[in-house]
Amino acid sequence: MDQNQIREKVLSNQRLSKEDGIALFTSRDLLLLGRLASHSASQKNADRVYFVQNMHINPTNLCVNRCKFCAFSRSKGEAGAYEMSIEDIVNKARNAGPGVREFHIVSGLHPDLPFSWYLDMLRSLKKESPHIHIKAFTAVEIDYLARLSGLGLKDTLLALREAGLGSLPGGGAEIFNPAVRTALCAEKISGNRWLEVMEIAHGIGLKSNATMLYGHIETIEDRVDHLIRLRELQDRTGGFQAFIPLSFHSQNTEIKKSSYTTGFDDLKTLAISRLMLDNFDHIKAYWVMLGEKITQVSLSFGVDDIDGTVVEERITRMAGGTTDGSMTRDELVDLIRQAGKKPVERDTVYNTIRIWE
Amino acid sequence: MGIDNIAKKVAGNERLDAEEGLALLRQADLLTLGEIAGSVRKRFHPERIVTFIVDRNINYTNICVNKCKFCAFYREADSPDAYVLTREEIFKKIEETIDLGGTQILMQGGVHPDLGIEYFEDLFSSIKSHFTIQIHSLSPSEISYVAKKAKISITAALKRLKAAGLDSIPGGGAEILVDRVREKVSPNKIRWREWMEVMKEAQRLGMPTTATMMFGSLETQEEIVRHMVRLRDLQDETRGFTAFIPWTYQPGNTELGGRPATAVEYLKILSLSRIMLDNFMNIQASWVTQGAKIAQVALEFGANDFGSTMIEENVVAAAGVAFRMSRQEIVSIIKDAGYTPAQRDTCYNILAVEK
Repeated sequence: MDQNQIREKVLSNQRLSKEDGIALFTSRDLLLLGRLASHSASQKNADRVYFVQNMHINPTNLCVNRCKFCAFSRSKGEAGAYEMSIEDIVNKARNAGPGVREFHIVSGLHPDLPFSWYLDMLRSLKKESPHIHIKAFTAVEIDYLARLSGLGLKDTLLALREAGLGSLPGGGAEIFNPAVRTALCAEKISGNRWLEVMEIAHGIGLKSNATMLYGHIETIEDRVDHLIRLRELQDRTGGFQAFIPLSFHSQNTEIKKSSYTTGFDDLKTLAISRLMLDNFDHIKAYWVMLGEKITQVSLSFGVDDIDGTVVEERITRMAGGTTDGSMTRDELVDLIRQAGKKPVERDTVYNTIRIWE
Repeated sequence: MGIDNIAKKVAGNERLDAEEGLALLRQADLLTLGEIAGSVRKRFHPERIVTFIVDRNINYTNICVNKCKFCAFYREADSPDAYVLTREEIFKKIEETIDLGGTQILMQGGVHPDLGIEYFEDLFSSIKSHFTIQIHSLSPSEISYVAKKAKISITAALKRLKAAGLDSIPGGGAEILVDRVREKVSPNKIRWREWMEVMKEAQRLGMPTTATMMFGSLETQEEIVRHMVRLRDLQDETRGFTAFIPWTYQPGNTELGGRPATAVEYLKILSLSRIMLDNFMNIQASWVTQGAKIAQVALEFGANDFGSTMIEENVVAAAGVAFRMSRQEIVSIIKDAGYTPAQRDTCYNILAVEK
């Protein structure tokens, strides 16, 4: 299929096939991808670009898994290992600025905390900050907590929701292809299981995001396959809010790669995600990984969300991330405006808080 | 005139005037500018080659009488970290450059109050007697200073420096070629007419030069366009500019301060320069100020040259921005964008195509 046929399909709102996705990834015409992705993005979100004032909390880097792409995880007693108590977490939350509306909480899989600890953490945070939405636990953590609780996925999720969980982030998806997954993160749950967790979460009304880790050992086919599997689940549940491609950072990991993903690859991956995921409302550029410059340019390549203020993320930093730990609301607004778009502050579930005209 | 009509003019290879350039900068979105710039670039360079040079910046001193407010590099003569490189240090740097396949050295100061034309004549001739390397050195501000210090004309100074071994002149110190801006950001530096005069005289003597623009300080969009038109006017007369190199003001550690221009502004202005400068063969991306990712993306926004490997760079680094790229990284990033990388010399002759 040539680019003109794909172009016609996009302009007439026809769904793109796996072959179309692969053809787009092999295209050299970066600006054409930008054009087509911008067309799709503007149909869904006009010229709005969303952000949230949020705070990241990574309670521990202790993890029973050893994913080869990860520079964050540690074993107990290993140099650099840390764990926060519930009190530490609540203290950190107490420092959230007045505009913060979301806690983004992801962790390693702690070797010995009981399920009740997680319920306590959620309840304590809710008690401290009842109005702040808690977006916590990747599908990988949910699966782990379900094993701790012995309740099964659905009842585990119901218990967590009861304690204060508002939605799920999209991490841990990596690449669904089992061969790549085995090579990268043999201990981690399968792609099928990741999708199953999300399907059940969506089924009880919890929204989530979805991610894809790219730029390591995966092929173009693996990426397109990953997108199509997300699209299929989204057809059934409608529970995904945003898709977030995550560019691989190799420093301090077991995957030897001398360079970061390229600007071309970042922009193409975002644009093609926008084009393939016709049933996702939002495509998010995660500035912590992409840098502010590519994030800003990506607003012309199908992206309509730039995450948020973040405040002290630790996971990318440990793998050689080069961005500062946080951005202020005003910096986010400027970045969006200078790209010719309309900044919209949102909450976690995309209710509009404020529009900058 | 609407953007569509301006785009049609460009497609018909018609020159844009300042108002049309300004309309593009103000009204066209990023992708539109990129598309128009890409079509112009294709006209100049249908061959899908992206060039780069292997060279080193040698900043022989950081002592400077100009003390520009946007600069984090200069020092007062009595500052504890003021320096002037010795002949031995300079030679060692040149040797290392040649060992790495380098073909050019870009020597710039500081405009040092005590270094006169004899110093540079002596330096250049001794470099030429020891090494085979292009001396691409001394910006117009330095040339003007040594001419005044020696009480000779710009032409006379250029002739002496050329005779001593100066081959070509880098386009630094252009900043914005509008005196309103220069008076604010670099009040002690030569004004725009003198910058142009040095370049014109050098070009008349057969010395190739480049032209730069530093934007993102205090200039207006009109002044950016005026800068481009002024360069285009001289180029019509002389054809002596080999390339145009826009880069962004880096506010770290400077008196002027402020925030840097964003990536979108950079790509728009880069595109506009490709569109406006219809008599310049080459437009250079600036990985030194933008980083590897945006420099690569810049290849879709009018740039056909990746600049230099910059074995050494001190001036941008002094403002706290220290991107580094090896030759191998430059080659692989050009390939990743679907172009053929080629090492060039100062005059844009291709030396080696990387397969």
